[in-house]
Amino acid sequence: MSTVKLTVNGKAVAVDVEDRTLLVQLLRDHLNLTGTHVGCDTSQCGACVVHMDGRAVKSCTMLAGQADGASITTIEGIAKGDELHPMQAAFRDNHGLQCGYCTPGMIMSAIDIVHRHGGQLDEATVRTELEGNICRCTGYHNIVKAVLDAAGRMKVSQAAE
Amino acid sequence: MGVEGIGARVVRKEDKRFITGKGRYVDDIKLLGMTHAHFIRSPHAHAKVKGIDSSAALKMPGVVAVLTGQQIVDDKVGNLICGWAITSKDGSPMKMGAWPAMAPETVRFVGQAVAVVIADSKNLARDAAEAVVVNYEELPAVADMQAAIKAGAPQLHPEAPGNQVYDWVIGDEGATDAAFAKAANVVKLDVTNNRLAPNAMEPRAAIADYDAAEEHFTLYTTSQNPHVARLVLSAFYNIAPEHKLRVIAPDVGGGFGSKIFIYPEEMVALWASKKIGRPVKWTGDRTEAFLTDAHGRDHVTHAEMAFDANNKITGLKVKTYANFGAYMSLFSSSVPTYLYATLLSGQYNIPAIHAEVVGVYTNTTPVDAYRGAGRPEASYLIERLMETAARQLKVDPAQLRRTNFITQFPHQTPVIMAYDTGDFNASLDAAMKAIDYAGFPARKAKAKADGKLRGIGVSCYIEACGIAPSKAVGSLGAGVGLWESAEVRVNPVGTIEILTGSHSHGQGHETTFCQLVAERLGVPISQVSIVHGDTDKVQFGMGTYGSRSAAVGLTAILKAMEKMESKAKKIAAHALEASEADIVIENGEFKVTGTDKAIALPMVALAAYTAHNLPDGMEPGLKESAFYDPTNFTFPAGTYICELEVDPGTGKTSFVDFVAADDFGRLINPMIVEGQVHGGLVQGIGQALLEHAIYDANGQPVTASFMDYAMPRADDVPSFNLSHTTTLCPGNPLGIKGCGEAGAIGASAAVINAITDAIGKNNLEMPATPDRVWRTIHAA
Repeated sequence: MSTVKLTVNGKAVAVDVEDRTLLVQLLRDHLNLTGTHVGCDTSQCGACVVHMDGRAVKSCTMLAGQADGASITTIEGIAKGDELHPMQAAFRDNHGLQCGYCTPGMIMSAIDIVHRHGGQLDEATVRTELEGNICRCTGYHNIVKAVLDAAGRMKVSQAAE
Repeated sequence: MGVEGIGARVVRKEDKRFITGKGRYVDDIKLLGMTHAHFIRSPHAHAKVKGIDSSAALKMPGVVAVLTGQQIVDDKVGNLICGWAITSKDGSPMKMGAWPAMAPETVRFVGQAVAVVIADSKNLARDAAEAVVVNYEELPAVADMQAAIKAGAPQLHPEAPGNQVYDWVIGDEGATDAAFAKAANVVKLDVTNNRLAPNAMEPRAAIADYDAAEEHFTLYTTSQNPHVARLVLSAFYNIAPEHKLRVIAPDVGGGFGSKIFIYPEEMVALWASKKIGRPVKWTGDRTEAFLTDAHGRDHVTHAEMAFDANNKITGLKVKTYANFGAYMSLFSSSVPTYLYATLLSGQYNIPAIHAEVVGVYTNTTPVDAYRGAGRPEASYLIERLMETAARQLKVDPAQLRRTNFITQFPHQTPVIMAYDTGDFNASLDAAMKAIDYAGFPARKAKAKADGKLRGIGVSCYIEACGIAPSKAVGSLGAGVGLWESAEVRVNPVGTIEILTGSHSHGQGHETTFCQLVAERLGVPISQVSIVHGDTDKVQFGMGTYGSRSAAVGLTAILKAMEKMESKAKKIAAHALEASEADIVIENGEFKVTGTDKAIALPMVALAAYTAHNLPDGMEPGLKESAFYDPTNFTFPAGTYICELEVDPGTGKTSFVDFVAADDFGRLINPMIVEGQVHGGLVQGIGQALLEHAIYDANGQPVTASFMDYAMPRADDVPSFNLSHTTTLCPGNPLGIKGCGEAGAIGASAAVINAITDAIGKNNLEMPATPDRVWRTIHAA
């Protein structure tokens, strides 16, 4: 057992876990943050994507201990109160989700994509960048639309800040 | 149409919880004292279980129990059933071997459970499973369907000699033979419909909680049809009588058919929960999903189509071998028979059809309904045949289809189905216009100059949806009725709850079903809640599959609404001292037509519940229910056209354009309908280009993770150009046909027709991987 100290959605936490505990298990089982999902166990589907120190990571493929000292943001931590993150709003407005299972990981990956590419996003880039997130419901059509829409909204909201 | 009524692109009510991480899936639920199950699964495709030594595991801290197949048999938990009886051509019933929830003696596919470890945590259960020693005696296995039916093949079940489940026929063999005898041209085709893994993104899961004091079970499960699960668990598996078993299907992360069935894991969790006196949770991992979720498709077919001198189809002969895997799953028997062969007429006037289907056991995961279920296989076969015929007869493939379209409705096909309505020319026209079919030759020539092989492929699909009426499916062998139920509750304050037997696992019922209420009453959808997925809350219902929830489920809601409105009008008329016939409902008010007299819905509801001043003899309350059983299947149809390029150097396919023109009858929410089509198209494209559940000759699965099984990803597929042509379905009052499966039914033929057009060779099996395409291009 080890104590892992980290910041999750802005709150400092210390959790005693078995050394083999995965980050996703710490989030789901110990902190009850069940918005982060497990879909494949092999780092392929991206349902488990969270941000570690601002970068998208697959939380099913790293040990909780590797996040010691890090700042983790999950799907539960991106809205400001009742105000949705622009990516969340874009997924809703563009019908970018159906069953909702892949959605948290999609949104967390998509935010990272927009951050890394800034205003340089087009459909082909979004599709290439989403290669690590699998959705079985939407056929990606509306997810791609949502990400492009959100990229515009995020630029606007950054400009306003 | 109001802003939230029928036809409006209303943003989904359910989305907020999913985009904020507040969805509640089975694995998100924790119960006090909950234990965790880990199944011990056979690594062999066929073996005798000679012994299970769990002594070391039981000594490990945190291990609660190790339970075996023999124990579940001893406790008289029922074997898994197949709910649709099929009769062979010789009159004999289908031949089935027993399928116990955990194998006591013989395992017949890799992944079949022989025992389960129950422990305080998931990790402890996994650790302990490693310490359980199962002694197997390997038996010869057969995974390939053609090998399984050969003399001398390993035999799976003594009940099914030759590994044959049934040999079933449909249609008029004499008339078909006569048509072929007179044919001017005969087109022949051999087609394999590749085996697929459904792969809903949420793996299956179950939590069973037994209350010893009440002798009552609660099951949280990933189900598309919780009432059907309760019925089967109760009536056939002896788990508990129905009133002592509550089944809850909370948020469910996709189904595509694979979550219709009641699986061994739910049965074992319930049984184990009672045995150990604590809640038991099981959550599958992705490899377990590949090993145990019912697979789809897996047909091998030889077909011949006869044409007269005018290129009119005169006859169709089909012989199909359908792989069922090692056991007959819940509705498996109906998929290659009544859901497949009854659609072999496609969109075409075919006077004579004869089809024979042989169901085969192999040492592989059971096969059952997967998005489209039989109809994709039929559509793929017919549309590949039409394309092959056009090439052989040297006519334009779109024109050959047009020559043979059914244009008069109703149309009785030779294979049971009576198409009620449609306009196949309209959807073909719309799709050809959208893709600029006429301009294709010029584009092909330009691509050739750039070193690319460009192709175009047409697919005109039809499907039978709604999966009803009960009397008809009953006469064909179904063990259940296929109606749907609804209850409308107007609360005393005027808000509305709709209880539906349909189940949403991505389809957006919480929005679309509210839109019907908004349309009829003029109230905002925020005043309406949809209640589903819990057998303690909702009346018995049949669940969601077969594109039935709008055509059948929503119509049941309409019927209940009509009853409620009739009563509410009486109350309003009484309060307004007007004639009931003069009351109209607008904007949430009951108005006396032609006057300014009105009473708002909340006041009518309050009057119904205070019952101070109701018409004489009227019961208090405002709550009505309905069961709706349609008169026919519905027949969504449409045309998909795909234009793509093949790189002759690599065999890689790139999409140029993909258009879809669908006729779904009335659309409730076009945004949601389009989403259903997008998803279906990608599953069809996935089958055509990427997906294949493969076994080696010994029955070892080769594709048991996303590392090996190629799921369609965002960069594998295009964006789509969708349109709708509409003929209203006459079979239900809303005119709805259903949209959930169309994409998966029509897309794969369009892709393969386009690739084979591009490369100029007709024979190409799915999935058309670059390797396979390159070899086909360069084959002698």
